[in-house]
Amino acid sequence: MRFWSDAIEIARVDLVTEGRAGETFRLVVPFAVVALMIIPMALDLRLSLISEVAFGLYWAFGLLFGLQVALRQLVNDSQERRDMFRLIGVDPAARFVGRSISATVLMIGFLVALGLATVVLFTPEPSSGVWPVLVVATLLAGLGLSELGTIAGEIAAGLGSRTSLASLVIAPLALPILLGASQAVEAVGRETSILPWILLLIACDLALAVTGVALAKPLEEANA
Amino acid sequence: MVERIVETKDLVVERAGFRILDGIDLTVDTSEVVGISGPNGSGKTTLLRALASLTSNSEGELALFGGMDHSQARRRIGLIGHRPYLLPHLTLSENLHHIARLQGFSSERADKALQVVGLEGASHRRAGASSFGMLRRVEIAQQLLDRPRLLLLDEAYSGLDDDAHQLLAELVRLTAERSGAVIMVSHDKSHLAKTCSRTLILTAGRLAPTP
Repeated sequence: MRFWSDAIEIARVDLVTEGRAGETFRLVVPFAVVALMIIPMALDLRLSLISEVAFGLYWAFGLLFGLQVALRQLVNDSQERRDMFRLIGVDPAARFVGRSISATVLMIGFLVALGLATVVLFTPEPSSGVWPVLVVATLLAGLGLSELGTIAGEIAAGLGSRTSLASLVIAPLALPILLGASQAVEAVGRETSILPWILLLIACDLALAVTGVALAKPLEEANA
Repeated sequence: MVERIVETKDLVVERAGFRILDGIDLTVDTSEVVGISGPNGSGKTTLLRALASLTSNSEGELALFGGMDHSQARRRIGLIGHRPYLLPHLTLSENLHHIARLQGFSSERADKALQVVGLEGASHRRAGASSFGMLRRVEIAQQLLDRPRLLLLDEAYSGLDDDAHQLLAELVRLTAERSGAVIMVSHDKSHLAKTCSRTLILTAGRLAPTP
């Protein structure tokens, strides 16, 4: 029981802190939208072509800027704070779950904002049935990227170059998530089954959740 | 009844090939207030973190509360480090309530602790906009919530006004009286001499009685 109350308390405080710092919605989202506008212009692409690749751009930018959202929690982290959590007996696995919950809420908010910007800017013309799949893929990809960011943050904790190191950990491991999410949406257009890609996303999310919980204590001790 | 709270035997902590603590033998019993001084970089902070089992030792032994499992023993330890851990975007009150919730204490208890440390009027100020002394008072309030058996203070008196200084001195006195022990690290040897039942000096990772 204390496990879940601790996890929820950690998630709540993370979200309150983020709400006041406003890093995700005042910095990352606007910057991602500006980048979304600039890249096609820089490549001199026709609007019709851009609308065809709109979802691809969405996932690529979602991963790129989503890394910033996933690693945002490192701002709240310090050796002193980690020491305090250990001294008051907070289960490291509860800390992982709490941080994953708050990161997922922020990540999904970010992906939704980016998705709306993509639709407004590039007016994609998707085949029927794409929208529900896009919503499911966004939720599952958001969860996976958040779990990955939380694990990477724990691995890199205590190192001077932790933000850059954490990005290096996330980027290659995020590929199956990006692949599953983008191909689930593409499968609708190709009229093939989306099931393998959705299952891939679910498998990634589950594997990351199990890994995060299992590694929480050893990582905490290794960082001591 | 006197209980052994801390016992180390030939404790060594090495990081990146450098021996930060080198053969520490230390015993601390109930009601003792032990002061440790030493020059910058002598390993004082590492020693306190090692005694709280927050950093792993490379060699030697650390026994807390007569050999209790370290993860259990940690819950009986309070640490006021030289840098506060509070979140700058939360108010002083929110910071303490957050910790109280994680410890399973009521909001009323947290409010009472804030009152005791004299922060009831300023508790809605954000930690990032508060003075160092105020942050320290929140950390003292946290120790009042939990009442640790072993209190570790890392330069905790520095930067405090007279009232906060007195609060911390009171916390030290109460901890020692309630069959606990206190280990404090400071550059201020005269303060240690006045406050502590015995003082030690740490030089290049080695501990010795103050001459």
